[in-house]
Amino acid sequence: MDIKAYIALSLTLFTIGIVGVLVRRNAIIIFMCIELMLNAVNLLLVGFSKMHALSPAAKASPYFASDAQIFVFFIMVVAAAEVSVGLAIIVMMYRNVHTVDVNFLNRLKN
Amino acid sequence: MNAIILSAIWGVVMMFAGVFIKNKSVPKYLAVTGLVCVLVFNILQEFNGLSLFNFPIQDMLRTDNFNLLFITLILGCTLVYFLLNATEIEKVGEHVGEYYALIFFILSGIAIVSTFNTLLMLFIGIEIISIPLYILTASDKRNLKSNEAALKYFLMGAFSTGIMLMGIAFLYGGTPNATFYIHLLQLGTGTLPVLVAVGLLLLLVSMSFKVSAAPFHFWTPDVYDGAPTVFTSFMSTMVKAAGFFAFLRLFTNAFGALQAQWQTLVLIITVATLVIGNITAVFQQSVKRMLSYSSIAQAGFMMLAIFAINTKAREGILLYSVAYSLATIGMFGVLTKMKDYTIDGFNGLAKTQPLMAFAATVCLLSLTGVPLTAGFQSKFFMLMAAVENGQHFWLVIVAVLLAAVSAYYYFKIIQAIYFKESETDSIVFEGTVTSPFKWMLLVIVALILMVGIYPEIIIGLLYA
Repeated sequence: MDIKAYIALSLTLFTIGIVGVLVRRNAIIIFMCIELMLNAVNLLLVGFSKMHALSPAAKASPYFASDAQIFVFFIMVVAAAEVSVGLAIIVMMYRNVHTVDVNFLNRLKN
Repeated sequence: MNAIILSAIWGVVMMFAGVFIKNKSVPKYLAVTGLVCVLVFNILQEFNGLSLFNFPIQDMLRTDNFNLLFITLILGCTLVYFLLNATEIEKVGEHVGEYYALIFFILSGIAIVSTFNTLLMLFIGIEIISIPLYILTASDKRNLKSNEAALKYFLMGAFSTGIMLMGIAFLYGGTPNATFYIHLLQLGTGTLPVLVAVGLLLLLVSMSFKVSAAPFHFWTPDVYDGAPTVFTSFMSTMVKAAGFFAFLRLFTNAFGALQAQWQTLVLIITVATLVIGNITAVFQQSVKRMLSYSSIAQAGFMMLAIFAINTKAREGILLYSVAYSLATIGMFGVLTKMKDYTIDGFNGLAKTQPLMAFAATVCLLSLTGVPLTAGFQSKFFMLMAAVENGQHFWLVIVAVLLAAVSAYYYFKIIQAIYFKESETDSIVFEGTVTSPFKWMLLVIVALILMVGIYPEIIIGLLYA
C-alpha cells in the first residue's frame, strides 16, 4: 500500500487525539486521547520503517530500517510507565475531590 | 556515562533506604554522599577520561567536554540544593528516601538529555525527567493545589510528549537515511521536504512546551505554584536548564544547517516569552507565583541561545544555567521559611533576619542582572550571542528593555524587605532558620558574586 495511506490514517488518529485532549473534560478520557496520539505515532513509525526498508537508498545505507520498530517498543514501555503514574494521580485526585472533571481544577485556582 | 549509571543506581539505593531506614533524618546524609560520588566520578570522566562503564552503546550517547561540564555544573547546583533544603524535603511527607530517589532518577535523565546523540535517547531522557517530576509535584497528597498541579502537569507533559514523538516520526520519514542519529539525518539545506518541515515544527513546539516558552507556557504558573515549594525550586532550576541544554543540542547538532529556515519561528517564540513572562510577572501578588512567571521571563533570555547557536551561546547557556539556578534556589530557600508567600509577607524581613534578607537581595539582584552578580554576566553572554549572530538586532534591544521591566518586580520585594514595617511580630518560621541554612545561603551568595566577578572560572573549564 502507498505510504500516503498510512500517513493519512495515523494523522487522523493523531488529530482525533488532539481534539479529544482539547475538548473533553473528563481526566480519564483526556488520558485515553493522549494514548491514542502515542499509538498514532507508533503506527506511523512502523509505516515509515516499512517504507525505508523497501526504498533502494536506505538499502545502501548501513543503518537498519528496523530501528523505528525498536523505537515503537520504547514508546510502549514509556507509555506504560506514564499510565501507572498518571492513573495514580487521577485516583489521588478522585479521593480528595470525588470527581475526575478537569473543570473542577480551575475552580480551585486561588 | 558515569553520571547516568551512578545516579540511577543511587536512586535505587535511596529507594531501599526509604523502605529500611525509618529515621527521617538519615536519607539526607545518604543522598549527599551519593551525589558527591556521582559528581566526583563525573569530574574524573571530564578531566581524566575515567569511564567506569564501557557498554556498547552504538554511539547513542556522545560525551564531550561541553556536556560533561554542563552535567558537572548541574550536579554541583543540585548539591547546593540538597544542602540548603534538606530539612524542607523532610517536611513534605513521610517518604523522604523516595523523594531523593526520584531526584536521583531525574539527574540520570538530565545526564541522558545532555549527552543524547539519537532522537530515541532524547525521548527517553525527557521522559525519565518528566515522570518522576509528576510524582514530586503530587507529593503533597492531601493538598488540593498539589493535586491540581500534578494532574495539569501530567496531562500537559504527556500531551507534549505525544507531539514530540509525532515530530520524531515525521523526521524519520523525511530523512533519506532511515536513522534516528541526529548527526546523520542529512536534512539538506535547501527547501525542506514537507515531512521534515512538519517534524521540525512539531519538535520545536514540544521542546518549547518542555522549557515553558510562550505561547506554550500556560501550564507553568499553575504547576510551579501548586507543587511543594522545595520541589518547585528543583524543577524550575536544574530541570529547566537541562531542557534548554537538550533544546540547544538538538537544534545545533540536528538542525544547525537549517538555521535560516527556523530562525524566524524561534525569534517569535523568544520575543513572546520575554514579553509575556516579564509583563505578567509585574501583576503578581504572591512571590511564589511571581517567581514562576519570572522563570518564564528568564526562559526568554535562554531562548536567545537557541536563536543564535554560536560559541557565545554555548558559553552563555553554561553560565546562565548556573547563575539562574543558584539565584532561584537561594530565593526559593528563603521563601520556604516565610509564613506568608505574598510580597507583603516580606515586609521588615531585614529587621528580624538580616542575613536571610541580604541573601534574598543578592539573589534578586542576580535575577535582575545587576553588574557584579552572576546574572549580569550570563545575560551579557546571551546578548553577545544574539549580537554576534548578526540578524535581527532589535531583539537585543527588546531583551534589554524587558530586563529593565523585570527590575520593577524584583525590586518590589527588596523594597518590602528593607523599607517596610511588618504588622506581625514573626514573619518567618523561627525554629527552621538554622545556622547550617544560613551558612548555605552565604555560600550561594559567595558563588553568585564569584561567578559574577570572574566568569572565566566556568568558561575556562570548557577549554581546559
